[in-house]
Amino acid sequence: MSATTRTPTTPESRTTSTSARLLGDRRLPVLVTAGLFLVMYIAGLSRYQNYGFGEPQVFLNLFIDNSYLLVAAVGATFVIMSGGIDLSVGSVIGFTTMLTAWLVQDVGLPLLVVVPISLSVGAFGGFLMGYVIHNFEIQPFIVTLAGLFLFRGLCLVISKESIAISDSAVSSLAETRISLGVGDLSIGAVVALVVLGVAFYVLHYTRFGRRVYAIGGNEQSALLMGLPLGGTKIAVYTMSGFCSALAGLLFMLYIQSGDPLHAVGMELDAIAAVVIGGTLLTGGSGYVLGTLFGVLVLGLIKSIIQFEGTLSSWWTKIATGVLLCAFILVQRAMTARKAT
Amino acid sequence: MAEPQPVLEMTGIVKEFPGVRALSGVDFRLFPGEIHALMGENGAGKSTLIKVLTGVHTLDGGTITLDGKPVRIGSPLQAQQAGISTVYQEVNLCPNLSVAENIFIGREPTRAGRIQWKRMRSEAAKLVDRLGLDVDVTAPLSAYPLAVQQLVAIVRSVGTGDSDGEGSGTKVLVLDEPTSSLDRDEVLELFRLMRQLRDEGVAILFVSHFLDQIYEVCDRMTVLRNGALVGEHMVRDLDQVGLIELMIGKALDQLEELHDQQLHADVGEPLLKAEGLGRTGGVAPFDLEIKKGEVVGLAGLLGSGRTELARLLFGADQPDSGKLTVGGEAVSMSAPNDAIGAGIAFCSENRKTEGLVPDLTVRENIILALQAARGWTRPIPASQRDELVAKYIAALDIRPANPEARVGQLSGGNQQKVLLARWLITQPKLLILDEPTRGIDIGAKTEIQKLVVSLSEDGMSVLYIAAELEEVLRLSHTIGVLRDRKLVAQLTNGPEITTSKILETIASGEHQ
Repeated sequence: MSATTRTPTTPESRTTSTSARLLGDRRLPVLVTAGLFLVMYIAGLSRYQNYGFGEPQVFLNLFIDNSYLLVAAVGATFVIMSGGIDLSVGSVIGFTTMLTAWLVQDVGLPLLVVVPISLSVGAFGGFLMGYVIHNFEIQPFIVTLAGLFLFRGLCLVISKESIAISDSAVSSLAETRISLGVGDLSIGAVVALVVLGVAFYVLHYTRFGRRVYAIGGNEQSALLMGLPLGGTKIAVYTMSGFCSALAGLLFMLYIQSGDPLHAVGMELDAIAAVVIGGTLLTGGSGYVLGTLFGVLVLGLIKSIIQFEGTLSSWWTKIATGVLLCAFILVQRAMTARKAT
Repeated sequence: MAEPQPVLEMTGIVKEFPGVRALSGVDFRLFPGEIHALMGENGAGKSTLIKVLTGVHTLDGGTITLDGKPVRIGSPLQAQQAGISTVYQEVNLCPNLSVAENIFIGREPTRAGRIQWKRMRSEAAKLVDRLGLDVDVTAPLSAYPLAVQQLVAIVRSVGTGDSDGEGSGTKVLVLDEPTSSLDRDEVLELFRLMRQLRDEGVAILFVSHFLDQIYEVCDRMTVLRNGALVGEHMVRDLDQVGLIELMIGKALDQLEELHDQQLHADVGEPLLKAEGLGRTGGVAPFDLEIKKGEVVGLAGLLGSGRTELARLLFGADQPDSGKLTVGGEAVSMSAPNDAIGAGIAFCSENRKTEGLVPDLTVRENIILALQAARGWTRPIPASQRDELVAKYIAALDIRPANPEARVGQLSGGNQQKVLLARWLITQPKLLILDEPTRGIDIGAKTEIQKLVVSLSEDGMSVLYIAAELEEVLRLSHTIGVLRDRKLVAQLTNGPEITTSKILETIASGEHQ
C-alpha cells in the first residue's frame, strides 16, 4: 500500500536506506569477481606449486600477456557504462597492427611518428561511429558492426599478407622490462595500468565520467536534466576507438607483426571481461576496477590451462562462456531485486 | 495594490504538430512568489505549453520574455540556464547515482577539473536541510520511494542555475503532475516545500488533475481549452463548478444522471460464471457471476487483487483452481486468445506499456485486436477497415479525428479512447476496464463513464476497476469488494450503498 511506502521524517527511513544500500551495494559484483580471482589463484597455487605457479613473475605475466586486452576492455567499459556497445574493437586493433607495421616496415616512418598517427586514426574512427549513433539515432550495435566490417576490410586494403616488423626501435621497446624487484613488467603492461588509472580518475572525478554514469542510468532523464547527451556519447565512442588503437599498438608490440587476421573477435573478449567485472550491460552501474579483475580472471583461466598442459586451449573459451553466463545471471538477480 | 512585474510572460504562443494545432495564440504570465495552476482537459495544450516553455518543443510563433527580456529557449539546458526548471510527472533523475549527485550532476563543484565529492555532499546536505527533507544524500536515489525521488527532483531544480550553491538561481519552477503517484502525506510534504519556495520568491507553475489540490495550494490559475486561452483567474474568485465549466465548456450534472440511470437499469441472463476460480499468489478462489448488460465494479485498495482477478478472467494468468463458463460453456483460459475467442476484451491499466503501440497510427492501433481475432492470414479489406475506424473515432470523439496521427502524440484521455475503440471494434460480450480513467482529465473521465453506461444498455457486460470509489459506485450494478487478494463481498448497488459503506466493507473485510 502506498501509504506505508515512505516516511522520510521518521528515523526508520535512514536505517532502511542503509540496509538497502548494503544489500544493493554496487561494489558487490566487483568484490565477487575479485574473490573469484583470489579463489582461482589459490586453487592454481595448490595444484601447480611444484611447477612454479607461485612465482611472482607468473602473476606479473597476467598483466604482460593481457595488456592489450585490458586497454581495449577499459574503452569498452566506458561504452557499456553509457548503455552502448562497441563491436569494432577487435577490427580496430587488427587494423592498427596492420597500419603501424606497414608505416614502420614498408613506408619507413619512425615509430615516434607512427604512434600518434595510429592513435588518431582509431580515435577518429570511434568519433565517426559516435557521431552517426548520436546524430542519426541508430543503434550502436549496428553502427559498430559496420565499423567492425569496415576496419577488417581496410586491413586487407593495406596487405593481404601479414607484415613482420624488424624495426629496431620496435623490438627494443618490446623487450624493455621494468623491474619491480620480484619480477618484471613490460612497457605494454605499464601503459595498460596507466590507462586503467586515468580511466578510474575520469570516471569518478570528472564531470564527464559522471555524465557517462548518468546517461547509462537513464538517457531520457540525463537529457531532461540538461546534460550534453550528444557530446558525451560521441566522446565515449571516440575514447573507445582511441583505446582500441592503443590496444592495437600494444598487441603489435607483443606480437611484433601486423596481420589482417589479428584480434578477430577480441571485442567479445573485451565485453566478456567488462561483464565479468560487474558492469551492467544495460549501463549505469559498474567500475573500471572490476574490468581489471575481469581481464585478470580471463588471463588466469588461460594460465591455468597452460599449466594443466594436456587441455586444449579451447577450454579457455568454454570456461569464459560458463563464467559469462553465471555473471549475467547474477546481474539479472541483482537488478530484479532492485526493481522490487 | 499595483500588480508586480511578471517574471515570465508568454505571448501569442503557437505550436503545430503534423495535422494538429496544439496551441493557437496562447498568452500566459507568471508572477514571482506565486503558485500558478495551469488548468485544462487533456489535449487542451497544457503539456505542449510546458514543453515549449522548457525547451523540449520549439515554438512556431509568439514570444517568451523572462524578467522583461525576450528569450529563445531551444533546449532543456537553455531553459535551465535561463532559470526555468522543471519536474516532470515521471521522475527524471538517474536512480543509479547518489542523491547528492542527482542534485548536482552537470554542475558539480570542481577544482582544476576534479570533482570535489566532499564539498558536493555537504552542499547537497545543506540544500536538503534548508528545504526540510530528511534524506541521506550519499545513498543511491533508487533506495528511496518515488515520492522522495520527486522531492529530490525539486531540490535539484531549485539548486539548478546557482554556481556557488548559495541561494536559489531558479526563477521559475514548473511542476508537471508531480502528485499523480503520491499519497496524501506525501502530497502534504510536497505542498510544504512548494509554499516554502514560493515564500522565497520562486514562481511556481503547477499542473494537477486533482482540483482539490489546486484549491489547496494555488494562488492563481490559467485555463486552456482546445489549445486556446480561456481565462486567467485568482483561485479565490472562482469555485470548482465554475472552473470545470470553463475547462470543458459545459455544465456537469451529467454524472449524477448516470448514477440514477444505472440504479434503474435492468440486467439480463447470466453471461460469465466463475466458480472457485483462483491462483496462488494472485487471488484466493472466488465465485463471480456477471450478467448480460451488467456492470460489475471492483473496489479495493491498490494491490488488493483487483487487477489479478481481471487477469484470471482474461486468461493472462492461469488459474490453478476452479472453472469458468461463458454463456453456459466451459472455457479453458490458457491464454488471452481463448478469452478473446470467448468474447472477452481487456483494457489494461498500463495503456502505455501493455496496450498501445505509440509509434503506430490511430488506425493501426484500433484495428490491432480485430485483426488478431481474425487471424493474420485474413486481412481486413481496406474499405471496411477505414469505415470501422472512422465510425469509432466519431463514436468516441477521439481528437484529433485523424486516423493517421501517431498515437504517441495524443493526449492521455484520447489514448485511452483509442484503446477502448480497439476492443469495442471486436464487439466483445464482456469488456474488462482496468483503471480506464486514471491520469486523464475530468472531461474525458465523464465521456468514458457515459460510454460504459451506454454499452451496458446495449447489452454488453462490463467489469469496471477503478481506484475512485465514486466511479465504481456510479456505474456498477454489483460491486465486488476485494481485500488482501480475496473477494470478500459482493454488494448489490442501491440507494443505501454509499462510498463510506464500501470503505467500511474494505476495512472490516466481511460480508455485511
